[in-house]
Order: sequence, then C-alpha cells, then structure tokens
Amino acid sequence: MSRTWTPGKHKPADTAPRPPGRFGHRVRGAAASLGRRFRSGELGSVPVVLGLLIVWIIFEALNADFLSPRNLSNLSVDIVGTGLISIGIVFVLLLGEIDLSVGSVSGLAAAAFAVLNVNRGMAEGLAVLLAVLAGTAIGAVQGFFFAKVGVPSFVVTLAGLLGWNGLMLYILGTSGTINLSDKGLVAMLTGHYFTHVAAAYGLAALGTAGYFLASYHDARRRQAAGVPYRPMRGIVWRTALLAAIALAVAWVLNQFEGLPLALLIFLVFLVGLDCVLRRTPYGRMIFALGGSVEAARRTGLNVALVRISVFMISGTMAAIGGLFLASRVSSASQTSGSGNLLMDAIAAAVIGGTSMFGGRGRTWSALLGVLVIQSIASGVALMGIQTAVQFMITGGVLLVAVVIDSLSRRAQKAHGRV
Amino acid sequence: MSAPPLLALHGIFKRFGAVQALQDVELEIRAGQVVALVGDNGAGKSTLVKVIAGVAPADAGMIEWDGRPVHITRPHDARNMGIAAVYQDLALCDNLDVVGNLFLGREIHRAGVLDEVEMERVTLELLDTLAIRMPGVRRPVASLSGGQRQTVAISRSLLGAPRLVLLDEPTASLGIEQTSQVLDMVDQLRERGLGVLLVSHNMGDVKAVADWVAVLRLGRNNGFFDVTSTSHEQIISSITGATDNAVTRRQTHGWELEL
Repeated sequence: MSRTWTPGKHKPADTAPRPPGRFGHRVRGAAASLGRRFRSGELGSVPVVLGLLIVWIIFEALNADFLSPRNLSNLSVDIVGTGLISIGIVFVLLLGEIDLSVGSVSGLAAAAFAVLNVNRGMAEGLAVLLAVLAGTAIGAVQGFFFAKVGVPSFVVTLAGLLGWNGLMLYILGTSGTINLSDKGLVAMLTGHYFTHVAAAYGLAALGTAGYFLASYHDARRRQAAGVPYRPMRGIVWRTALLAAIALAVAWVLNQFEGLPLALLIFLVFLVGLDCVLRRTPYGRMIFALGGSVEAARRTGLNVALVRISVFMISGTMAAIGGLFLASRVSSASQTSGSGNLLMDAIAAAVIGGTSMFGGRGRTWSALLGVLVIQSIASGVALMGIQTAVQFMITGGVLLVAVVIDSLSRRAQKAHGRV
Repeated sequence: MSAPPLLALHGIFKRFGAVQALQDVELEIRAGQVVALVGDNGAGKSTLVKVIAGVAPADAGMIEWDGRPVHITRPHDARNMGIAAVYQDLALCDNLDVVGNLFLGREIHRAGVLDEVEMERVTLELLDTLAIRMPGVRRPVASLSGGQRQTVAISRSLLGAPRLVLLDEPTASLGIEQTSQVLDMVDQLRERGLGVLLVSHNMGDVKAVADWVAVLRLGRNNGFFDVTSTSHEQIISSITGATDNAVTRRQTHGWELEL
C-alpha cells in the first residue's frame, strides 16, 4: 500500500479483510500493519473498538442479561442524548479548543422548553425550536468572546458552565421539576419505536446499499480520472463488514421493540455532520484551523467566523441533546444537565479517538466513545454495583484514551511529524 | 530589450516605526529569469518580498507590472496579478494531506461538496510536470521530509498559475539532497517561463540557479550582478560593504576550499 486511499481514515476494516491467502499469513500481515500504525501514531478507531469489545465481553461474562436485546435496545436509546452533545464537542476539539458549557446549555434548553411548553402553553414545535435556537445563540456569544475578544475558550465556557446553569435555575423558579407530557413530541423522541421489523432491516439495507453505491461511484470516477482507486474486492469486503454489523444490530433491535426513533435521529446527525466535516470546504476549514491557524489565515480564511460557527454548532448540539435527555426522564428539573454529563460528553469524544490537540477526529468517535461509557454505566447498573465503581472505571478508560492520544502524538513527533 | 520586465520596482521606500527598512530600492525581474536577492541579516530582503507580495505595502515608490504601473496594497492584489509567495515557515497544515494543503483555501467543489477526485488528479498532474516524486499525495504532510514539504509549498504557489514566484529562503534548514531537489524545482520554474525571486543566504545556491544577483545592504541597493561573470568575492564584498575585512577574508577562504 504505497498510496493510502483516503486521508487519515483508518477503520479496523482497513486491515481485517485482506483476501485471500493462508489465515496465519493474513493475521501476521494485519498485526504488522497494526504495529506500523501504532509506531507512527495513526491508530484511529482501532483502540476504542477493541475497548468496546472488551467491555462487552467482561460484562456479558459477569451478567448474561447484558447482551440481551432488551438491554442493548435501551443502550441504543440511552447513548443518544450524550452522544449528540458529544458530536458538538468533536467539532470544538477539532479546532483544538474546549467547550465546558455544553452540560449547562443542555439543561437550560430542556428547562426553557419545559417552561415555554408546559407552563406557558406554547405550541410544542415552537418551544423546541426556541430551545434549540437558544443553544445556538449561546454558542454564538461564547464564540464571539473567544474569537473576537480573545478570551481562552476554556475560561469563556467555564463562565458559561456556571452562568447558564444559573439561568436555568432562574427560569425554573420555585417549581423545581416540570413534568413533560407523555404524548408530546419531545416524549416521542426517545419513546417512539418503529415496531415493524421492516424498519430496522430496511434502514440497515439502505445504509449498506448507500455505502456501496457511494464507494463504487467514487472508485469509478477515480479510475476514469486516472488516480489511485480502491479495487472492487476492497469495496465488497468493506460493504460486507458494514452489512454484517448493520444487520446484526437490526436483528437485535427487532428482538425487542424495533428501531428506536432516537437512534435513527442520532445516525442521521452522525452521517450528516460527518459529510459536513469531510466533504465540504467548510469542514476542510475546521481541520485546517486545527492543524495550523497561521496557515489557514494566510489562505484568506476568516478565522473568527469559522471559530464562532463551530461554537454555535456545539451550543446547538448541546441543546438538542438536552431535549433528548429530558425526554428520557420525561421532565426538566434543577439537576438537568448537571452531574457527570459534561465529563461524559467530552470523554466520549476523546475515548472515540478525537484528539485533544486539534485537527484529528471524526463524528463517529462520538458514537464509539459514548457506547463505551454507556456500556460501562449499563453494565454496572445491571450488576447493582454503586455508581462509585462506574466513575472509577470510566475514569480509567478516559485516562487510557488520553494516554493513547498523547502517545500517538509523540510517535508522530518521533517520526518527524507535527 | 524587447519586452518590458515582468516586474520593475523604482524608488521603493518602507519604514517600520523608527527603522527605515528600505530606501530608494530598484529591482527588475524578467520572465524566465531567476533573480537572487542576497544581503546580510537585516538588509531588507524579507521586507522587499513582503512589499512585492502586498503583505507590507511600500510607503513610496513605483511598481510596474508588464511595464504598466500598478498598486499593490493587499496580498490579494499581488495574487490577482499573478505573484505567488512562499514564505520561510511554509504555512502548511500538518494534519492535512498533500492534496488538502495544495488546495487549501481554493478547494474545487461541486455543489458545495469537495471534489477530491479532481483535486487529486490536478495534484498528480502538477507534481508530474514538475518531476516531483512524493511518497503519496494522500499522506499527511507531517510525514514528509523537509525538502518534500518545501516542494509542496512551492507547488501550492503554482496552482494559481502565477507568473512570478517569490521564494523566501527555500533551502534554509535543508540537507544537501533536499536542497538540490528544491533547486531543481527552481530550474523547472525558469524553464516554464516564470520569473523567480530567490531570497537566499547561501552563495552556493545562488551560483547554482540564479541568473542575476541583486544585493541589498542596509535597506539600499548595493549592486546587481550577472552571476556567470561575477566572482564570489565581488558579491560578498557588496553584501558586507567592504572588500577587506575579517568577514570577507574568511568567506573567501571558505569558497576557495569549496571550489
């Protein structure tokens, strides 16, 4: 492989299916390729997938209910709120910045929706829109102070962490907890399932077919243009792997209540924002800023505008995630958006393989990271252990993730990179 | 003297605060010529590059492009005229691949979606015409050697089809092998009929690729020489401003050893 096919995208699928040949030979080849990547610091999502498998195997060994369709289905809904917030964090981390206010913003959005809809009787759709736009506006304000005034993002959003939490308590007033309607739009977000078996299988088939067609079309265009392209066999192998995973997930979901609406929305955000990051000039600007601010500035890029927009995305995703979290507990309360939500959202992005140093990461790391974190939470809850243990395990996993990030960065330096 | 020079500077002045960086500077660059700009530290070489590139516009003086007077007040003006500058610090994004860096800020897109295939095709074509070998255009530039990074930076400047390329110390901090790669590329530029202004500290490089040498000393012109008919000593003494002092003696000695 003298020419890698796409920039910086290293899925485990890169190494696993290397047809045909003796099995031992293939395994050795895969191991050698993995070792090479480890030394050069380009591990991508290999560690987190391995970590996830280990977590699942351990908890399944300890409690046979862990991998039951019911638990996995619940897991697929539980990850969505934090996962959506984490996608916003991925954007901010790509700039090499941090947003500490997302927890408070998510709580504020939930409270704003509850007050507008339940207490003031505003139409639900409008209340949702206003709550989400509040998150966008907050992001714009914080982005302004960071990009235009020059306050470090850490400090601006730390002030936001406190301030927006205060605002949430203020608008909740004395009522404390506001219960949401069971039948409303927001309740549906995490409560609705497409129970027909065709829904989950159909989505799996659609996603796989879409992936195959996009890869095939791309390879044909590359061939026509005379640039290196992925051979047909590679496309088929990757599609087969994706199909296997997608169909397995669909099968498990259909064993319980079918395809959750929440998971569908999460996947739409993941795919859509992944395209924004990797396929648009705007996404390229974000990566460029994460790589070298000076280089980006010299190309005539409006640095402040991109920075503000990224914080707006982060605020928006925090508000949307907050609505999903409120939907899960059917209420907005003084504890909304507090606890370890902020830490989970940031940890998910980092565990998933997005670098804290900027310039490296994908939206999919939010999915993988939040899966690890929620799997640990779910497994610990199933076994009836205290949350204290959960915190310690999650903390340990986060430490491992950051160590891998730092080591891979150091490996890149040692290779004359960075 | 048929065609007017590609770029002609007359009576350029530039002041930074209390420092008069450039005084009454003249310079001419013709298409298909490599002009080396040499001088001691602080002689005003980089300032002159910035004046031409529009990063630090001149306070006074006249600039002619193709024989017509023009005003360069912003980097944009210079770029639109066909002037490309490659600065010493390269300004590459280490996390992006070669294609991403080449097209940074002017990505090809169709309906808002990046056209990676077309960008890669153009990149391979450009590198091919310049006879540049790269380990892979989809590698992050962080994994490239210093010389390869320099060629990426120079190639990037060529994407806009410029007519004049300003190179600020392109071989500083490069090894022998890598330096010759970059100098080969400068030769390529000349063969393509571009004008090149090469800022350099290294007399060896200047002798190797330049047609003319313009010497700056303390912000003023201090000689314009034909490389083939001028000795090292002459150029060095113009740079230092004296024929007989410790520096020239040492330098002269050094050059003779090299020859």
